[in-house]
Amino acid sequence: MTVTGALGHSPAVEGSDQAAIDVRDLRMSYGSVEVLAGVSFTAQRGEVLTLLGPNGAGKSTTIEILEGFRRRSAGEVSVLGVDPAQGDEQWRARIGVVLQSWRDHGRWRVRELLNHLGQYYLPYSTEDRRRPLQADELIEMVGLTAEADRKIVSLSGGQRRRLDVAIGIVGRPELLFLDEPTAGFDPQARRDFHDVVHRLADLENTTILLTTHDLDEAEKLADRILILAGHRIVADGSADQLSRQVSGHTEVRWTRDGQRFVHSAADATGFVRQLFSQYGEEIADLEVRRATLEDTYMALVQRHESGSADQSAEPAATFGGQR
Amino acid sequence: MNLQLHAVRLGLFRAWTEFRQSITTRTDQVWIVSVNGIFIVVLLFQRNADIPGTDIPLALATLPSLLGMNVMTGGWMQTATTLSAEREDGTLLRAKATPNGMIGYLVARIALSALNILLGFAIFLVFGLTLLDGLGAVGVGGWLILLAVFVVGLLATLPWGAMLGSLVKSSGAGFGLSFLPASLLIGISGIFYPISGLPDWLHPIAQIFPVYWLGLGMRSALLPDQAALAEIGESWRHLETFGMLGLWAVVGLALAPRVLRRMAQRESGSAVEERRQRAMQMGT
Repeated sequence: MTVTGALGHSPAVEGSDQAAIDVRDLRMSYGSVEVLAGVSFTAQRGEVLTLLGPNGAGKSTTIEILEGFRRRSAGEVSVLGVDPAQGDEQWRARIGVVLQSWRDHGRWRVRELLNHLGQYYLPYSTEDRRRPLQADELIEMVGLTAEADRKIVSLSGGQRRRLDVAIGIVGRPELLFLDEPTAGFDPQARRDFHDVVHRLADLENTTILLTTHDLDEAEKLADRILILAGHRIVADGSADQLSRQVSGHTEVRWTRDGQRFVHSAADATGFVRQLFSQYGEEIADLEVRRATLEDTYMALVQRHESGSADQSAEPAATFGGQR
Repeated sequence: MNLQLHAVRLGLFRAWTEFRQSITTRTDQVWIVSVNGIFIVVLLFQRNADIPGTDIPLALATLPSLLGMNVMTGGWMQTATTLSAEREDGTLLRAKATPNGMIGYLVARIALSALNILLGFAIFLVFGLTLLDGLGAVGVGGWLILLAVFVVGLLATLPWGAMLGSLVKSSGAGFGLSFLPASLLIGISGIFYPISGLPDWLHPIAQIFPVYWLGLGMRSALLPDQAALAEIGESWRHLETFGMLGLWAVVGLALAPRVLRRMAQRESGSAVEERRQRAMQMGT
């Protein structure tokens, strides 16, 4: 994981000062039901962003507006410098989309379909971004070499999702949307997929926006995490920053004389220094653990779902030492 | 590189690929053989009956009627069924997510319909030319009329199938709502027996819809003029045939793009997901 220094800075940004995604005060209502109540965020080129949030928080709506598949009610949205509602085919060619529920093209064979869909990107090939990617290269990247000539209908759920990822990047997108890409993956497939994401972000300078329910995955992949709850972005930062923002407390565990101790400290470093100066060699099995992303996420979501839309990040409860 | 033309070419390639997939897939082969087999059995039984008032075998009149019916099922039914199914499984959304993918998709749908109709033509004509007397006498003019009825008939039926496929909520509805009216129309349009044998009050109803005109047009192409005696007005009525089919085509082509565009705009990941959930609930 890349731990970035400041918000919004990514080491991969080069040669472009324009944000890949710029969303300001995005609002969406279906009839009288408000789904997004003023969502704002940006993504720099080459940045990997994870969008977290409970079901119904508006993740899919947000992504679909950015993909140009849904019209918004209000707000400013710019994706690769273009308003998605006005996005033409040229713009479309620069974007990759991977959705959850595709079951299409069952009769096609893996390589055949990748070859065919890739052809659509050929007219959009440029000097510094050759399109499309070669089918065999893609197949190897997502680990479907043994299945290259199989009918898609015969693929397992995880293989099918990997094919979807391959199709999503066949046009060498500058921006890739991934909607719960690893649902149904076994651990090996998940690890391979993470490698693909890192490769795209680092080597291809692809901006990636993904949704997931897997917090561990979010932490591994994302330069920056956005949490959507109560129709708003309630947190925006690296996993580290979020845990600091939400809970200033860190859990410290140790043993002394064979007895276990747990303490929740605001200043863990100071606390540990004091601990050693007081007991010295008697201290063993020391563990210092900042609140996990899961702790942070649960606290944030609970706070915003329970209606207290208070945006100031005061600790909801003492964090460490509870488990 | 002309972008649209490039997409059109890819659409044609897609149609050919899917046609090849269809005729090499066991379930499709069984379907093609059994459906056409039934019709061929019907033709065999009709070999010894004559068209009323003539000495032309009834089978010779039913064969072109079947060609007309084939245009309708390929243009209207198949398009409605495929479109609704491919909205459900995400094929359409995939096309939407691909640059110029929608052009390629629509071209493929049209071309695949045409290919499937022509496959039916080939089956019936090979049968007719080998086992029925009389088709060998058809001149160039007749074959040209057949081609014209095929093209105009496809234009008269396909846009309506596309609209139905865009409007229905599920692939099941797409099949049901296209299959039922199609069967009814085939029943009243003089496909398997001359329309003069049906009650008079059905005639005006049948003549509103393309199926009757498709059958009539195909019969006019392949039958000797004497056979027109069994038709309404004892004439092939070419003007009315192309007039009615043309009308359906013009209105359909005027409306379809608007309906299709609206449907395409609504396609999104959550729409596909919702349909998948519904299909799963109904399926199991």
